[in-house]
Amino acid sequence: MEFFRIKRDIPFMSYGKLTTAISLVTFILAVFFLFSKGLNLSVEFTGGTVMEVQYRQPANIADIRHRVETLKVGEVQVQSLGTSRDVLIRLPNKEGTSSAKLSEQVMSLLKAGDAGVQLRKVEFVGPSVGEELVSSGLTAILLVCIGIVIYLALRFEWRLAVSAIIANMHDVVIIIGCFALFQWEFSLTVLAGVLAVLGYSVNESVVVFDRIRENFRKPGMRGRSTAEVIDNAITSTISRTMITHGSTETVVLAMLLFGGPALHGFAMALTIGIVFGIYSSVLVASPLALALGVKREHMIKIVKPKEEAVV
Amino acid sequence: MNRFPIWKYLVIAVVLIVSTIYTLPNFFGETPAVQISSTRQSVAVDTALMSRVESALQQHGIKPAGLFLDGNSLKVRFNDPDTQIKARDIIQQALGDTYIIALNLLAASPEWLSRLHANPMFLGLDLRGGVHFLLEVDMQAAVDKTMERYAGDIRRELKAGKVRYGAIKRTGNTALEVQLRDQETLNAAADKLARNLPSLTFSTDEQLFRLSLTLKPEEITRIQSDAVSQNITTLHNRVNELGVAEPVIQQAGPSRIVVQLPGVQDTAKAKDILGRTATLQVRMVEDDPSRVAEAMAGNVPTGYELLDEASSQGIQKILLKKDVELTGDNINSAQPGFDQNGGASVDIGLDSTGAEIFRSLTAENIGKRMAMVLVEKNKSEVVTAPVIRSEIGGGRVQISGSMNPAEANDVALLLRAGSLAAPMNIIEERTIGPSLGKENIEKGFSATLWGFAAIAVFMVLYYRVFGLISVASLGVNLFMLIALLSMLQATLTLPGIAAIALTLGMAIDANVLINERIREELRNGVPPQSAIQAGYGHAWATILDSNVTTLIAGIALLIFGSGPVRGFAVVHCLGILTSMFSAVLVSRGIVNLWYGRRRRLTAVSIGQVWKPETK
Repeated sequence: MEFFRIKRDIPFMSYGKLTTAISLVTFILAVFFLFSKGLNLSVEFTGGTVMEVQYRQPANIADIRHRVETLKVGEVQVQSLGTSRDVLIRLPNKEGTSSAKLSEQVMSLLKAGDAGVQLRKVEFVGPSVGEELVSSGLTAILLVCIGIVIYLALRFEWRLAVSAIIANMHDVVIIIGCFALFQWEFSLTVLAGVLAVLGYSVNESVVVFDRIRENFRKPGMRGRSTAEVIDNAITSTISRTMITHGSTETVVLAMLLFGGPALHGFAMALTIGIVFGIYSSVLVASPLALALGVKREHMIKIVKPKEEAVV
Repeated sequence: MNRFPIWKYLVIAVVLIVSTIYTLPNFFGETPAVQISSTRQSVAVDTALMSRVESALQQHGIKPAGLFLDGNSLKVRFNDPDTQIKARDIIQQALGDTYIIALNLLAASPEWLSRLHANPMFLGLDLRGGVHFLLEVDMQAAVDKTMERYAGDIRRELKAGKVRYGAIKRTGNTALEVQLRDQETLNAAADKLARNLPSLTFSTDEQLFRLSLTLKPEEITRIQSDAVSQNITTLHNRVNELGVAEPVIQQAGPSRIVVQLPGVQDTAKAKDILGRTATLQVRMVEDDPSRVAEAMAGNVPTGYELLDEASSQGIQKILLKKDVELTGDNINSAQPGFDQNGGASVDIGLDSTGAEIFRSLTAENIGKRMAMVLVEKNKSEVVTAPVIRSEIGGGRVQISGSMNPAEANDVALLLRAGSLAAPMNIIEERTIGPSLGKENIEKGFSATLWGFAAIAVFMVLYYRVFGLISVASLGVNLFMLIALLSMLQATLTLPGIAAIALTLGMAIDANVLINERIREELRNGVPPQSAIQAGYGHAWATILDSNVTTLIAGIALLIFGSGPVRGFAVVHCLGILTSMFSAVLVSRGIVNLWYGRRRRLTAVSIGQVWKPETK
């Protein structure tokens, strides 16, 4: 079996204008949704209490909401979680009251309505913790970017490093944009997924860059233009690209399908991230490197003639 | 050319054997058990206790599946959870309150594995169920308390030195100011205080005769770290009471404490106990033989109380007056130490009020006994009851006599535990029910399994023998990762399981790179042996680069992440390392074994290698 039977190099670089336009549009859309809709941040970031309860028979959401609202803690969200028996209750932080006691009060209210209700999960996060998480999350993203740029600049060349990281950030912004558009819950686990994509997607660019460097060094490639060299590099790695990403995507989809609600957001971030990872490393990073003017001379170390030793 | 030196095969073999041994315990499951440990160093957990437990169980016709001593605890296995719960009640009755008796799950792996310290992976709370609290220590309160204590100390020192002074004011967060009358008293005060309070810096205002005292910066850090460590000690004592088998109580950051109580479902009780304030009381002992005899007969005189005193000789009854002379609020410190004769002692530091009360109390009661009583949850217990030998002034009290160093340590701990150094607030709480934990394990496991199966099928179909080799090395990778996690006893959480699955998906990348590269070489007409050689050679640089970049992201997650992110990052980073080993060394080893020995290799099974016709 051989999926990719490519006779000639595909002129990826000549699509540069089109792909840049597509990227730009999706990027702008993502940013637009991010600002217009905002992220549906989880309780870890916003602070508050989240409870998951399970009933023996289908739960009466309206009744639960009514009961919880008697506590008068502010805006209360009650929604079913996957099945009709599982219910998710979100309560905001309220100053003054000991929030640690809040979950117990809610449970006693629910038990009064139906003694069979079972507490499955409680998460309470105080207001200060959330702010720290946001700042440490942003620091992490920044640090990952800097670390990768430095490593790639040392191993390859700064033009490649910069284009790889731009392509990457483009992926990250699009994932976050999707979470904003669909108002999926953005939790710490999702953040872990996003950061994993950052590391994973740059991986892809590295493979292509590695091939570009190798091509520049090949004597057979000497007469070709930079665009042709890059086209050849992408074409010869495309089979690997598709297969690797296919396998990773398979695993991630298995997680999305079988992993249950706890892993859903994480798997979703990765699913989107991997799809855009393929696209961006091939069709964003490489044209960017070309636009930044990467040349053969940048990739081949000029061997200085050894100075004659003075006797 | 595709041969490995023997040592490389040896390395692979050793890694495989070690991985297998450390992966094994994960397959045996767990058995219910009761874990008995002591709250005090002086109460030993030994073979005597073992036989006591055994005979108590025997009386009720329960036969444990195994008993063994493990460090400072005794573990008793049972065949089913019902017997376990029944046995716990029996043991609790037989041993009383001096021991912590907790339900636990023990790995059911054979003993030789446990002896090699091969234990199953340590599951996080989201997988086994339990409560997680993040508590923040109110540092401002700790500093306030210290400043008040210093103000008292200054007052006492100046009084003792017969230096007349005016008001003592707090002028800043960590600064005090003493108003004096003239140059002479100013000098005397500065001199006296500088000698006795070395942790403060002094400055004088000669015009207004004011003495300013400021806490040294290192003293502030010390107060804060002491506050956290004392609170941790206190929390330990309280958690012990909950009977949790493997509690985690750790400092997290400069002012925070993480408490994790696996298996605890009653969060209300847990919060109640963690947030409770125990009090220490100093009361007088009644040793009048007739009164004691009367009380022992069950007729306790009014105004008196019969309490338990736990010591190395067992539990004794002691008769106390109900009047509280002094409370733990006046105790600043309690440390184990040694007296002049080299015997074990507990050194207690009192604040100025406490010192004054203590002085008059001891002056009036020489020759009598006083008792230090710890009152917690309406339960009083006598920590120690020393005889007063002389009047004690100055706020420094030494209790010595019938104590060994372990007991002294316990007493000091209990005295300190009486109060929290500073109040704490719960700023994060996570409770996960046991059924949810089980579901999480099942779901995470099935996700990994399906992912792995799908990849395996595809790889074998697409790359044939090389695919099979890739799958084998992927399997080794999984093995190594689980072994490493078991060995390090790193906490495995649900995001950790996700990381295992993801690692598999990403690890196959290295194999695909290699296989594609070999195909490409073959396409270019390179003979098989050289194609294998070149394929691995070229792919290595790429594999290294791509893994290092992924590792950079992983390490950043590890440093900045908390909770679930960290759980993911640990497994992710370890997985990257094991995948590099397995993809490069293990798969190459199998390829070399398979193809390397053949002299005339005309074809390799790597699936169809398509060649463009126009060549």
